[in-house]
Amino acid sequence: MEKFEKLTGIAAPMPLVNIDTDMIIPKIFLKTIKRSGLGVNLFDEMRYERDGSEKPDFVLNKPQYREAQILVAGDNFGCGSSREHAPWALTDFGIKSVISTSFADIFYNNCFKNGILPIVLPQEAVDVLMKDTEKGSNARMIVDLEAQTVTTSDGEVFHFELDSFKKHCLLEGLDDIGLTMAKADAIQSFEEKAAQERPWV
Amino acid sequence: MSPKTLYDKIWDAHVAHESEDGTCLLYIDRHLVHEVTSPQAFEGLRMAGRDVHAPDKTIAVPDHNVPTTPGRENPDQMTEDSRIQVAALDKNAKDFGIHYYPVTDVRQGIVHIVGPEQGWTLPGMTVVCGDSHTATHGAFGALAHGIGTSEVEHVLATQTLIQKKSKNMKVEITGKLRPGVTAKDITLAVIGETGTGGGTGYVIEYCGEAIRNLSMEGRMTVCNMAIEGGARAGLIAPDETTFEYVKGRPHAPKGAQWEAALNWWKTLYTDEGAHFDKVVTLKGEEIEPVVTWGTSPEDVLPISATVPAPESFKGGKVDAAKRAIEYMGLTPGQKLTDIQIDTVFIGSCTNGRIEDLRAAADIVKGKKIKEGMRAMVVPGSGLVRAQAEEEGLADIFKDAGFEWRLAGCSMCLAMNPDQLSEGERCASTSNRNFEGRQGYKGRTHLVSPAMAAAAALTGHLTDVRELMTENA
Repeated sequence: MEKFEKLTGIAAPMPLVNIDTDMIIPKIFLKTIKRSGLGVNLFDEMRYERDGSEKPDFVLNKPQYREAQILVAGDNFGCGSSREHAPWALTDFGIKSVISTSFADIFYNNCFKNGILPIVLPQEAVDVLMKDTEKGSNARMIVDLEAQTVTTSDGEVFHFELDSFKKHCLLEGLDDIGLTMAKADAIQSFEEKAAQERPWV
Repeated sequence: MSPKTLYDKIWDAHVAHESEDGTCLLYIDRHLVHEVTSPQAFEGLRMAGRDVHAPDKTIAVPDHNVPTTPGRENPDQMTEDSRIQVAALDKNAKDFGIHYYPVTDVRQGIVHIVGPEQGWTLPGMTVVCGDSHTATHGAFGALAHGIGTSEVEHVLATQTLIQKKSKNMKVEITGKLRPGVTAKDITLAVIGETGTGGGTGYVIEYCGEAIRNLSMEGRMTVCNMAIEGGARAGLIAPDETTFEYVKGRPHAPKGAQWEAALNWWKTLYTDEGAHFDKVVTLKGEEIEPVVTWGTSPEDVLPISATVPAPESFKGGKVDAAKRAIEYMGLTPGQKLTDIQIDTVFIGSCTNGRIEDLRAAADIVKGKKIKEGMRAMVVPGSGLVRAQAEEEGLADIFKDAGFEWRLAGCSMCLAMNPDQLSEGERCASTSNRNFEGRQGYKGRTHLVSPAMAAAAALTGHLTDVRELMTENA
């Protein structure tokens, strides 16, 4: 996985609450057996007409947000289905960080497996950042993972909380499976103990 | 020892390793796999030269893509991409030696119905699947939740998950349910109360008299939608109802092992005085049959209510409600019972079990669906289908004008050919009313099986209790 360091990018607003993973990537695109290539279908039903033409009003179709790398979103972003196709589509489009007041649990975890940093901030902070996105491509927002801060184009700084292990893995671009396999002994002794205690499993 | 919740007990029994910062390796007892969220995980194993760590604890079944019409063994019934996905699961199951129920097997069905039915799901287990509705298995007092594909690969390779413990939440439903009110109404009413983010960061334990009185089928319906309330998992402590359901299932323990298991299962309850971080209480007798009016499962109202005005909400929900009402083609103030229905879907991992079909058949018996109505029943598994045929339910549905389908996820998420067309309005026993969920621009109202059956007869959203009075 690619390391996440400091991100300086255009931020796009998506203030709608409860943006679900069916919106992020509709089910017809789940019939792939690959992880790549889903960016073109990100937010497909919101982004395109049925004939495939772009809806000009959709935020990521507007010239000032086409290169966005950060989304500032409404509450409970990523609710619904567990489909990892949602972060795959986001990352393939070029989104590297999503900021909201809260995220759905499975989506939140899925982001970290794909080099995306989901940031939880209080409503007042998200309101300021949402306002800052209005500047579109004339401005850059800064996400600093090491310092755990988001900085607006005006220099206002917001600190965010993050699990230390998740931060470490994202900073170093670590492969979870490799890390766990290094603890193979612990898994084996657990299995031996469990086989004694709960042999029916 | 300090008192523990049910969640604490199951969690503690499965920690294989704990780091200083509290990050744990949680051991997984059962890993369920379906065709949509697994191909990339198996590909990942192959590329890294890794094997499946515990193939005997891994169970696969195709359900999302499969057609539900006769003759579906013929691959031509599927689109090219669906065919490739199902074929990939066939091959992965064979190559890695995991348990598998192909589409030709009578035991095939929705993964969350097959697991309990075959006795793979047992109390006190940890169960995961690359599917958010894995929460269903919590009905057995098993810690069960959905995971992403990277985590599917992680479990395949190591039989563990990297986890931090969630907080404890108690949802108590006191008293008795009134006639016509079902497990589906309970679970929707809870989400209406807490919102879709109300459970975020928590594992919910459902308890109280109304929960205790539910069958295993009803309990699965309640836990199934824990995820719609944002919770990582939903749990119900196992009891005699649970043990009776499990006993004799193909993969349930037998003989001395059954006795040993039972001894442990009987310790799986929340201790007196254990701490919950959040508590929600609803009175069972106050719950009415409910429907959803919008595009989020939290948009729940009693059937006797009217479509709300967006201005009655607060914050970001005002715009979301405006958008939902426009998408759904409704008018604020409109009576919910005046909403005309084009299609009725009875099925899914929420409501595709035998008890659900019985409840719907009770309403439908001897009657015909409204002229022009499209109505289908999609049993949750081949075995549910066979049992319903044996009990005469299939004939009741067919005589009334319902289509009687083969098992699968079907129109719950419309990945197979069962889809709504633009503007088509459906009373559905499934779990999500998101925009486009059942088909592009399709409109979904979530209801119980009895309420879905009532709508099929009258052609509009209907208070099922009125039809029950008629029957009595």
